[in-house]
Amino acid sequence: MWQKAICYVFLTLAGVVVFFPIYYAIATSFFTPAESLSYPPTLFPSKITLVSYEEALRRAPVFRFILNSFIVSASVMFGQLITASLAAYSFSFLEYKGRQVLFYIVLSTMMVPWEVTIISNYLTIKALNWTDTYLGLSVPFMASAFGIFLLRQGFMTIPRELKDAAEIDGCSDLRFFTTIVLPLSRPMMATLAVYTFLNTYNQYLWPLLVTNVDRMRTVQIGLAMLQWDESVAWNSTMAGVVMVLVPTAILMLFGHKQLVSGLTSGALKG
Amino acid sequence: MQGFLYLVPAIVVFVAFVFYPLANSIKLSLYQTDLFGKGQVFVGVQQYKDIFASGDFGRSLKITFLYALYTVIPGIVISLLLALMANWRLAGIRVYRMIFSSPIVVAVASASIIWAMIFSPAQGMLRYILSLFGRPPVNWLADPKWALLSVSMVAVWRGLGFNTILLLSGIQSVSEELYESAKLDGAGPWTMFWKMTLPMISPVLMFLLVVSTINALQSFGEINILTQGGPAGSTKVVVYSIYREAFFNYNFGFAAAEAMVLFLIVLILTIIQFGLMERQVFYQ
Repeated sequence: MWQKAICYVFLTLAGVVVFFPIYYAIATSFFTPAESLSYPPTLFPSKITLVSYEEALRRAPVFRFILNSFIVSASVMFGQLITASLAAYSFSFLEYKGRQVLFYIVLSTMMVPWEVTIISNYLTIKALNWTDTYLGLSVPFMASAFGIFLLRQGFMTIPRELKDAAEIDGCSDLRFFTTIVLPLSRPMMATLAVYTFLNTYNQYLWPLLVTNVDRMRTVQIGLAMLQWDESVAWNSTMAGVVMVLVPTAILMLFGHKQLVSGLTSGALKG
Repeated sequence: MQGFLYLVPAIVVFVAFVFYPLANSIKLSLYQTDLFGKGQVFVGVQQYKDIFASGDFGRSLKITFLYALYTVIPGIVISLLLALMANWRLAGIRVYRMIFSSPIVVAVASASIIWAMIFSPAQGMLRYILSLFGRPPVNWLADPKWALLSVSMVAVWRGLGFNTILLLSGIQSVSEELYESAKLDGAGPWTMFWKMTLPMISPVLMFLLVVSTINALQSFGEINILTQGGPAGSTKVVVYSIYREAFFNYNFGFAAAEAMVLFLIVLILTIIQFGLMERQVFYQ
């Protein structure tokens, strides 16, 4: 009995420390400007008001940023689902010369870190006149070795006999892919979707480089417009942070399982 | 032929945005470039010599490694503790698991801004906590002694979610029977941790060690938002230096050379990681 109680005490202490920054951001977003500048700091808002949210929306088009991020994240998500599922199908169900070599070439892209490609990609996007466009924000990320690898692992669990039977029935590859493989791989696809969406939504450096106008900024860059400085009270800045956080928090609540399996597939299945 | 057709969409993206830029970066690093990033004069390895001769790059490398040291080990140790606690069999443990993994939803800019508030020298929460212990306030982000550590704190906190999720699933994959039989043999919790849990999750730990190190070496967001490489260059990590050289000084060739050096370091780490995975496959 006592042992259990001590366990809960430890868990709660750790939970309070880990969760504190998030809690404090939410609490601050409900503070009045005076409360957010008071010292010693306040922990609980005296009353729930949306004044800071109105102020944040006056200072920066937060909804526009969220919309931009949604468009970009959804494009990258669908782009990756398409490129990765097609490539994974090729690597798991089709046989041809050089398949193994091509697979290794795809995997090798994982080894190229972004700081090597980013300068060149920036110059490419500029040359294409894609700065300040959704294309420039999303197209470079429309394929990933991780996605291909993840879906290939999933496709390999589909029995070969299904494919053989389909062939005997004269079912084309494209039909087999769209009517059998894709529906059977829904959990893996969901994992890739959640993982990609979250990663893109949280991108920082790339959107910083390829957007210059406010109306094309994505959330992480847009937040900088609510930039703190000593003259500005924290409450409206935190209101912006919370608004940007809500979509990912919802995604986390409903896609927790998919996210975890996406994150762990890299580490555990190797 | 058909097999290749299915690959075309992915390959097109890889060629345009991974292989071509990789080749182009190598080229840029060997040429002196103009403002538009066009290679002008072939200078061979001169820019590589320059970056090492300037001393700034050496300093950036040192800061980067220090940053990795401050973030990787503390991050993994704290997450391991959290994951072990999250594995306790108690009612409502799911809620704690959610809470422990919650930092994963906070992206780099949001996390940095939240922590800027906590660090605030005038009325920040950290100043208040220190004052409770009778300590004088610290100028977290503006003091060269503290800036790198402060930025590291943000990075450690932000990584807790990812690390805890991974470690917890590693711990959960250790079979229950193993623990039961160890208990019957009279093993205490301490022995079980050192002799069973730790060896069993060592592949996950290794993976985390390498991945966190690679991430730490490439860190950018926190630094750009919180310190801009300052104060007095004390947080000018390599990627930040690349960013300044390329996008402020338009010195693309110089920046590309710096990026290639970092690439080589990351590549070595990646190869080590693949080597370790190979070993892991062996004894499973």
